[in-house]
Amino acid sequence: MDFGNLIRNYGEAVAMILFGIGFSNLLLQKNLIKKIIGLNIMDTATYLFLALKGYIDGRKAPVVVDGIQSVEAYVNPIPSGLVLTGIVVSVSVTALMLSLTIRLYRRYHTLDLDEISTLLKKEEK
Amino acid sequence: MDFIRNFPFFSIVLSLFSGPLSSILGGKWAKRVNLAVIVLCGILSGAVLWYVCRTGEAFVYTMGHFPAPWGNEIRAGILEALLAVFFCAIMLLCMLGGAREREAEIETSKQNLYYIMVNLLLCSLLALIYTNDLFTAYVFVEINTISACGLIMIKQNGRTIEAATRYMIMSLLGSGLLLLGLCFLYDLTGHLLMSNIQESVHALVASGQYQRPLLMAICLMCVGLAIKSALFPFHTWLPDAYGYSTVSSAAILSSLVSKGYIFLLVKIFYRVIGFDVFSGSKVIHVLFAFGIAGMIMGSVDAIRESDIRRMIAYSSVAQIGYIYMGFGLGTMEGVIASIYHVICHGATKSLLFVAASGITDASGGSRYFKDLNGAGHRNRLAGVAFTAGSLSMVGVPMFAGFISKLFFSQAAVGHDIKMLPTLIALAISTILNAVYFMKTVIRIYSPLKIPVMDEKAAETGSQETMTGKNAGLPEGYREITMRQQPVKAAAMILFILLNIMLGLNSEPLIGLIERGLKMFS
Repeated sequence: MDFGNLIRNYGEAVAMILFGIGFSNLLLQKNLIKKIIGLNIMDTATYLFLALKGYIDGRKAPVVVDGIQSVEAYVNPIPSGLVLTGIVVSVSVTALMLSLTIRLYRRYHTLDLDEISTLLKKEEK
Repeated sequence: MDFIRNFPFFSIVLSLFSGPLSSILGGKWAKRVNLAVIVLCGILSGAVLWYVCRTGEAFVYTMGHFPAPWGNEIRAGILEALLAVFFCAIMLLCMLGGAREREAEIETSKQNLYYIMVNLLLCSLLALIYTNDLFTAYVFVEINTISACGLIMIKQNGRTIEAATRYMIMSLLGSGLLLLGLCFLYDLTGHLLMSNIQESVHALVASGQYQRPLLMAICLMCVGLAIKSALFPFHTWLPDAYGYSTVSSAAILSSLVSKGYIFLLVKIFYRVIGFDVFSGSKVIHVLFAFGIAGMIMGSVDAIRESDIRRMIAYSSVAQIGYIYMGFGLGTMEGVIASIYHVICHGATKSLLFVAASGITDASGGSRYFKDLNGAGHRNRLAGVAFTAGSLSMVGVPMFAGFISKLFFSQAAVGHDIKMLPTLIALAISTILNAVYFMKTVIRIYSPLKIPVMDEKAAETGSQETMTGKNAGLPEGYREITMRQQPVKAAAMILFILLNIMLGLNSEPLIGLIERGLKMFS
């Protein structure tokens, strides 16, 4: 096995590990707040990955100062734009999830999704 | 005539801006605006369909006139326009068919919020259909998810909020994977526009570089969209979300929202990765296996269900399985059959949901099979509509479902390894479908056992309610005639006609789908 690439691209590797942590938390945690934390870790990991992919060593952010307009001087700005859009999306879904959590907590006084399901079944009987 | 090229953009913007407009209107006006917008979008898409059929080639609309690699694009061909017309038509019928329940179940002060959500949903569906940019597609996938969540939870009770939470969790997992897949693809190719990505992917495949990341990107996008459209092992959110939300929401969710994601997946197959690359990868075998598992397991779950709405919801799992099985065949015929099934299932499942609401309405609001006896006599039209929908789902000739099953088997016959499993699964699934749908149809036409009341209760008890047409029926049960609910009756009749039309006259539609798919590549 050759781990050279893995070590050289350690940033991307970290991003993928974080994505895995976030994903499994969102999927497996019972507590709704922990699920939302998982969601945020997962989204942030994707942004880290994108930002790393747009970065080119030794270059600067694409803001024209001192009249330098050569493409060679700047990093790729598109991933940063994508990250910004992604952050907007992630903020809105987080807000929606939190509001749903508040509703459920006010009704059932618990944050455990499985417990809420059992309470619902009891309610029907 | 070239002015028609603006219409896809107009229809997206029109539905987008009618959302904020509805927020300052009252419930009644919001409803009128919503219906007008759906009709208008349908007409605009119809014009686009006519235009692309006449010119015979797809057109690209550059947003803000920025040229290809930088700007954002909208692309319209026959298939896109056809699905846009179809989505608008189904949405209109769903909104009309569920109007009565919706107005009863949602608080009056919150009526207009529902229409905001529907307008945004229409906008995101149209954008998913027409866009030529992958990241735009991701953003509209999220808008679609959020508005669908709103549709589920607008009827406020514990069940719907829990269902909305579960739906959101699964959807967010799906969109996380989709986003990661898009990032991979962007890093590999350096483009976001579908046509540019396809060129780069072909160059990559030809050079043999980065095969594993490319495969990962395909996997991530497939799994992400499969979770969002409720393919078999990821369907756990579906029965609650479809079963407890208000009728028009359930109909829209099952027949449109999941189909929007499926169409995006078709676009990714054809326009982003390229169909030969996709059918050469091993991903299609996985999709095929899960599609077959879904066809059978969804039906088994539906048989075990004792609640009519949840039964129809589980049947959706089986039908989504059919669609993915068609993709898994990896041939043009399979994809044509799948797209035809998208249309057929959209027309049938929304009919079933609307008809089921008529049936439960006539049975005192109970959704359990034990209370549904004789509902087909109390609400004749709903009974007929449910029977028609059931026959279509089972695959009886003359109805839409038969044609899609026919095309699935025809597509499978050309395939050497996958032929046998497909045909066996189709046969088993048809039998299972027949078991649970015919069980329900027999139940709603079998006579009602009226509980024997003791004489005292019959004398003193509610004499007013026992007179007239509802005499002799248990409390809450009533007869519903077409005249009492003209709008719903009209919607159901139109749904039945649509089903029969799809079943008897499928040739032109199949021709359009085939031409549309050829335009894709």
